Amino acid sequence: MRGMVLVARRELAAYLNSYWGYAVIAAVLVIDGLLFNAFALGNQAKYSSKVIEEFFYFSFGTTVIASILLTMRLVAEERQTGTIVLVDASPLASWQLIGGKYASAMVVLATMILATMYMPALVFVNGKVSYGHIAAGYTGLLLVAASVAAIGTFASAISRSQLVAGFGSVVITVAFLVMWLLAKVADPPLVDVLSHLSLFDRHYRSFMRGQINVDDIVFYLSICFVFLMLASRFMAARRWR
Amino acid sequence: MIEVKGLTRYYGSFAAVSDASFEIEEREIVGFLGLNGAGKSTMLRVLAGLQMPSAGTVRVGGIDATAAPDALRRRIGFLPEDPPLYREMRVVEFLRWVGQVKGCSRAEVEVELPKVMDTCRLSDSAHKVIGELSHGYRKRVGIAQAIIHRPQVVILDEPISGLDPRQIVEMRGVVRALKSFATVLISSHILSEIAQTVDRILVIHRGRIVAEGTEQQLSGSLGDGTRLAVVVRGKLGACEELLGTSELVDGYELTEAGELVTANVTLRGDSREAFVKQLVSAGLGVRQVQDSMGELEQIFLELTRAAGAPAALESKKIATQIAAQKESDA
Repeated sequence: MRGMVLVARRELAAYLNSYWGYAVIAAVLVIDGLLFNAFALGNQAKYSSKVIEEFFYFSFGTTVIASILLTMRLVAEERQTGTIVLVDASPLASWQLIGGKYASAMVVLATMILATMYMPALVFVNGKVSYGHIAAGYTGLLLVAASVAAIGTFASAISRSQLVAGFGSVVITVAFLVMWLLAKVADPPLVDVLSHLSLFDRHYRSFMRGQINVDDIVFYLSICFVFLMLASRFMAARRWR
Repeated sequence: MIEVKGLTRYYGSFAAVSDASFEIEEREIVGFLGLNGAGKSTMLRVLAGLQMPSAGTVRVGGIDATAAPDALRRRIGFLPEDPPLYREMRVVEFLRWVGQVKGCSRAEVEVELPKVMDTCRLSDSAHKVIGELSHGYRKRVGIAQAIIHRPQVVILDEPISGLDPRQIVEMRGVVRALKSFATVLISSHILSEIAQTVDRILVIHRGRIVAEGTEQQLSGSLGDGTRLAVVVRGKLGACEELLGTSELVDGYELTEAGELVTANVTLRGDSREAFVKQLVSAGLGVRQVQDSMGELEQIFLELTRAAGAPAALESKKIATQIAAQKESDA
């Protein structure tokens, strides 16, 4: 655990010392704000709950993009610059390396997500919306960020360049996003499997509406576990290749 | 301290290291000498625990590299050719981090830090940002990160590549200082550098160890001849006549520059004193006599030639090997 914390602390410092982390967070906050103003609030009268639901709808997209942008460098950059040797030559286990890097990305992503809170807070003060709805929406956003960050960490672990890692994350994430489309043309029992794998349609909509379902949480945590385990296994296997 | 038996390492179907066996004593400085693509770096990476052997055993201080790789890595410090450094960090901050990652407590790192800074002559740059340091200083930080956890074995892959002459001399001092507490393995293709720094040399060619020993032992394995570089003041013809008729001389090459003639001479046995007397008796003004500077190069070339020198066709194979190694490193 100590090794993981050491990796996470250094990685977090790297985020804070580079423009990249700040640039991604700033861009997401600006885009979220614009979408909130233009579409969620809009020009027509709406229920506060509808405004919040649409806010979480738009935030899903920006969170997914930010997660990809913030994780694509995690391992691939170390490989590009040669600093991966430092961890390869140390007694750190591969899960400590992957876990530490993932944890640092999650701290940055969580900070970014929580920084959007002023928007639902405005609705909360000026309209009528429950704490539960906002809490559920943010739980969903954090779980989506965690899942896509795990996918991004895996893509970064298996790639030699950050660009390839970013592209890999996009391909895997989009595949999970369009599962509901495939489910529409598939026959049972495949239809159940495909629709269950849908990152947005099946599992996120309930969070947008203010509901928290255990199976949705299990789904997102499973994605995290599978991709982080794959990344860790890949890093360990490199020594034998 | 280090015991290697039948070490083999494949990249795909290509054997970068084949059936290498050797032993290295505690606090010995050993040089791994070979052409580019000979398998030096692969061998060192396996010894450092970065890569696993495809076959054979590697034991460091009794620890098996395959059975307990983490324990092995705790005992080893490794510096690759390009120092792995986080350029945005300050020197002390970086060394503290590496020390802890290598398994030391914060208190242990704080005790070790001043000694390491002193050994690597980094005290004046402790709080500088690594990205702003010169290449020579970065190499020193690279060595510092390799020894911050007080390893029993320090492995330096091409530690002097890219350094200027002054930095090379400084680096030599740093490497010698490591011997006071660790066994040091160095790879280099700069032959003269290997000779000046190490106690023993392993000559590697096409992934195999083709010779090992001190410079004298390697030289001796090629025959009894002594090679001298002699500079005399005199006529080229007079030199030619003397060297051509002397019973002490086995072979020679002459070059003339103004009044001076340089002769690279191979003597029969160690007959240096008698040979110098002959030069003086012949009326040649002896300006300089020294063991041939190219001796080690010659030893190396002859040893690798004996093992099958890389012909033009072979260079393609070597290029493929280097590419495979780089790919694996990445």
